Amino acid sequence: MDTLSQSFALALQMVTHLDPRLTQIVALSIAVSLASTFCSALIGLPLGAAVAIARFPGRAPLIVALNAAMGLPPVVVGLLVYLLLSRAGPLGRFGLLFTPTAMVIAQTILIVPIIAALTRQTVEDAWGEYREQLRSLDASWMQSTLTLLWDTRWSLLTVLLAGFGRAASEVGAVIIVGGNIDGVTRVMTTAIALETSKGDLALALGLGIVLLTLVMALNVGAHLTRQWARARFG
Amino acid sequence: MGDAEAVAGLPIVASGVTLVRRSVRVLDGVDLTIEPRSRTFVLGANGAGKSMLLRVLHGLVAPDAGRVTWGHDTTRPPRQAMVFQRPVLLRRSAVGNIRHALAIAGVRGAEARRRADEALARVCLAAIADRPARVLSGGEQQRLALARASALEPEVLFLDEPTASLDPPSARAVEAIVESIHASGTTIVMTTHSLAQAKRLADTVVFLAAGRVTECTDAARFFRAPRSREARTFIEGERS
Repeated sequence: MDTLSQSFALALQMVTHLDPRLTQIVALSIAVSLASTFCSALIGLPLGAAVAIARFPGRAPLIVALNAAMGLPPVVVGLLVYLLLSRAGPLGRFGLLFTPTAMVIAQTILIVPIIAALTRQTVEDAWGEYREQLRSLDASWMQSTLTLLWDTRWSLLTVLLAGFGRAASEVGAVIIVGGNIDGVTRVMTTAIALETSKGDLALALGLGIVLLTLVMALNVGAHLTRQWARARFG
Repeated sequence: MGDAEAVAGLPIVASGVTLVRRSVRVLDGVDLTIEPRSRTFVLGANGAGKSMLLRVLHGLVAPDAGRVTWGHDTTRPPRQAMVFQRPVLLRRSAVGNIRHALAIAGVRGAEARRRADEALARVCLAAIADRPARVLSGGEQQRLALARASALEPEVLFLDEPTASLDPPSARAVEAIVESIHASGTTIVMTTHSLAQAKRLADTVVFLAAGRVTECTDAARFFRAPRSREARTFIEGERS
């Protein structure tokens, strides 16, 4: 009980005083997760929109696969990326293992399905409403896709935030491919795991507080954005 | 085609158009000609196939049998527009919706600005050009949809019960706009549930019953003495 309150007090102190060890880890976490969210958006948004609009054989199985892939086990993804990037692996010569780039790759694989599947759902709903109007305007496939993505932009922002949240709070994949190297690939989740096992509960708890606050703030932000957009744009 | 000025996508000729949905013949061997500059009203009871006929004539839905030609061409011409019963507006400003449609039609820059402004002025929405389209009232949304259609300067404008969910003043406003679009040379093809509206605006009436055209005639004659039993029943139902 005493340890807990002591750790908590120390953790709060670290957070409020912007302890350099803590801020470095938080900054790397955010940078890596932002990069993977960006990469996933580049792949997931067009992919989701394409699956929403196009009709092709194998579409239904693809949707099921995308939805199922939202629950990919991070450690398995970590293992696969590890095998790809390790010295003997097919991409070994790039020397990416145990770098932030490796972590971005692993997180991107984890959250592309989330972004693609949620985008598919969002765009398909809008497509149901807009299809006839866009056909009537003689919009090309590309014009329709861009119109739908732009018109669902506020919902898609929530989708991207969901992806970012998953990336930032995931530990299994980044610890395998990043290696949790101090100052290089140590992010919030891997640091929490390590510090807890080492017994430095204050740092672990401090990071935990930051991580929780971040995830909470993102969700509040997403909620408020959608409310505002609904009132503003209908 | 006589002395009428040549219009590329007209006349629209449907021959033997049949459309089957869930093993029901929604349209059953429809033969029909939409003449340039006409105001053709498609009348009929609910489920008679009016909306589907408009979609086939507009080229949105391909018939299962028979064919539609636009000015003797079998591909749908670009200069057509349609206004739906419930307007589909994008999450942009009122003027942004018109500019979007113009951009898809390849109209940009100063020309697009001019056409958008003129179209908004025509439907008396210039004052709220920058308001988000989807928070406008129902009547305003339908006028905006008409403005968007007219900005495309279509040869043919299809309207699928554009006044069905509007109050009488809004419906009258829509009628006046349709009249002004027709006056600038656009052929009108419209469905409505209001016989009074058809009497005011139509010069040709197509009467549909269970997917078949029972009459395609001059409007004045149709209202004076409908020839088909179905049309007589329909008109008497409205009077009683």
